[in-house]
Amino acid sequence: MYSRAYKAGVTIPPLLWVTLFLLIPYAILFCYSFWSVSSLQVIVHTWTFQNYVQLMRNPIYLQVLFRSMRIAGAVTLCALLLGYPLAYYLSFHAAKRKDLLYQLVIIPLWASYLVRGYAWKTILGSDGVLNGLLQYLHITHRPVEFLLYSPFAVIITLTHIYTPFALLPIYASLEHIPRNLVEASHDLGASPWSTFRRVILPLSLPGLLAGATFAFVLTLGDFLAPLLVGGPSGIMISNIVVSLFGAAYNWPLGAAISFCMMLLVVTLLFATERLEKRLTVS
Amino acid sequence: MIAPRDAGTPAVASSAANESLLSIRQVIKRYGKRPVLRGISLEVASGEFLTILGESGSGKTTLLRLIAGFEELDSGEIWMGGERLDRISAHHRQVNTVFQSYAIFPHLSVFENVAYGLRAKNATRSEIPERVAQALTMVKMSEFAQAAPSRLSGGQQQRVALARALVNRPRVLLLDEPLSALDANLRRQMQAELKSLQREVGITFIFVTHDQEEAMALSDRVALLRAGLLEQVAPPRAIYGEPATAYAAQFIGQTNLLRAEIRDGIATAGAISWRAAAGAGKAIYSLRPECIRLAPGGAAAAAPDGSVARFRGRVCNQSFGGATDLVEVDCGNSSTIRVRLPNPGVLTGEHHFEFNADDATPVREGDGT
Repeated sequence: MYSRAYKAGVTIPPLLWVTLFLLIPYAILFCYSFWSVSSLQVIVHTWTFQNYVQLMRNPIYLQVLFRSMRIAGAVTLCALLLGYPLAYYLSFHAAKRKDLLYQLVIIPLWASYLVRGYAWKTILGSDGVLNGLLQYLHITHRPVEFLLYSPFAVIITLTHIYTPFALLPIYASLEHIPRNLVEASHDLGASPWSTFRRVILPLSLPGLLAGATFAFVLTLGDFLAPLLVGGPSGIMISNIVVSLFGAAYNWPLGAAISFCMMLLVVTLLFATERLEKRLTVS
Repeated sequence: MIAPRDAGTPAVASSAANESLLSIRQVIKRYGKRPVLRGISLEVASGEFLTILGESGSGKTTLLRLIAGFEELDSGEIWMGGERLDRISAHHRQVNTVFQSYAIFPHLSVFENVAYGLRAKNATRSEIPERVAQALTMVKMSEFAQAAPSRLSGGQQQRVALARALVNRPRVLLLDEPLSALDANLRRQMQAELKSLQREVGITFIFVTHDQEEAMALSDRVALLRAGLLEQVAPPRAIYGEPATAYAAQFIGQTNLLRAEIRDGIATAGAISWRAAAGAGKAIYSLRPECIRLAPGGAAAAAPDGSVARFRGRVCNQSFGGATDLVEVDCGNSSTIRVRLPNPGVLTGEHHFEFNADDATPVREGDGT
């Protein structure tokens, strides 16, 4: 049995932390979303639903939100398509190279986000590495413009940045599959492909789901990649929030959008957690 | 009686009882530089219950994994019915395994676990439910068909694992210490069921265990493995009555090893001498504790021809064992002889013991050292 003092000692600091840095800011944000801005750029502390109404009425917000979700979906798909095979190889076939390859997956996470963002800018730009290569190989005769400042560029950059986040939970779930289940499947006459489809994939679904959630949620809230490589057509919902809190000085509307996004993400997390629990077999 | 075979196919056991089904030839396996199997040759007959017995690290599980196809051998060959088995990948072998930890698929129901092999081999849709039901009946698990494996006890999972393997009608069933995780009572019960199941289905069983009693109780033949080499392959009674090596004598049942000096047809170990069949020089004899009895005439002289040997010793320990007691007798020179006596009452002090010279079996030192 732990003493009361011990229990209080381990419980209070995290509770305090969550309250101070999470709950209170969210509460403030929530309040802001019901206030408004006067013509003199002063925040008026009277309660109104005006921000939420504006959000629904002005098509630009929903358009950008849907675009953000499309981009997030594409990034998630790419991250899974890249991450799953690599995680599978790491877990089942890498043998001695496992540790080295695992480190190679992790190391990019230590490089600054900005560095990686700028790297893609120099790769995808009209006088960038990729266009240079395409022209050198005579595949194109003038720079391909759509590579940079487009949703395509955002998807590539974010896929690069968030694939490790998708890979790690998949890898963890693959590592948890008892190897004798794989042997049992072969023993019972199932081919390697059939074993993958009927044993490995179903048992790694919780990890797959967790990885997908990571990639989707992180992408949905991203604003740096669109800023660096997105251009006007690659703007995402977070960029709108940033500009509302910054240049536009419309904190209440920014707060309303933020709150809606938070609700969306929380719902998503809740749903995937439920699904994950159902998929996980003890 | 449930007949898991097609009615048209005669049971293998009756048609070809002594025909060799599986042939293991000079198999060598190393893990890195460490040799695990150092040249194993073994013939397994059709319908036989063969036990591979050995201590942990003797290579018995490795041998099983080679037959199943989970490991590749370094040299040697494995044949099954005229087919080179070691060149076929695991999922094409007509061999099924019951794993030590059962390896039941946790995401599939009991029914789907048993149906797994049938689906993998594209059994027709209509025959799957029937064959699964048959297999589950065979292991008395019919009522659990729709249960999730996580809700089953160890013994029940064991049965499912058996059904899952047998439903495929393999030519050889491999069992890797399948009973080691069960408690003693359940274990005895499963032993009996396994044995009768094997007779019923007539499939060749290769059973791996480190438990010599289990090996004796179940097997038609026991292959005793020691440090990657076969020490002796024989039926349980033969291996017990005529152990080939000192190791075999000690590992299977209890015994007294007498290191004797033979001269003029008389073997002498310490204060004990008896008539030896032949030879001269040093020899090792195995003398089972139950072959020794209290000498009826006390100190009276033994038979003059040496066919009955007598010795004297002080009882230093006696453990009650129900029908028989195991008595440890100190014969001087720090040599202790173990004697198994039926209902001797409490023994103390010095006694005279005797045994028939024929019961002392000469054994070799053994190869697996």
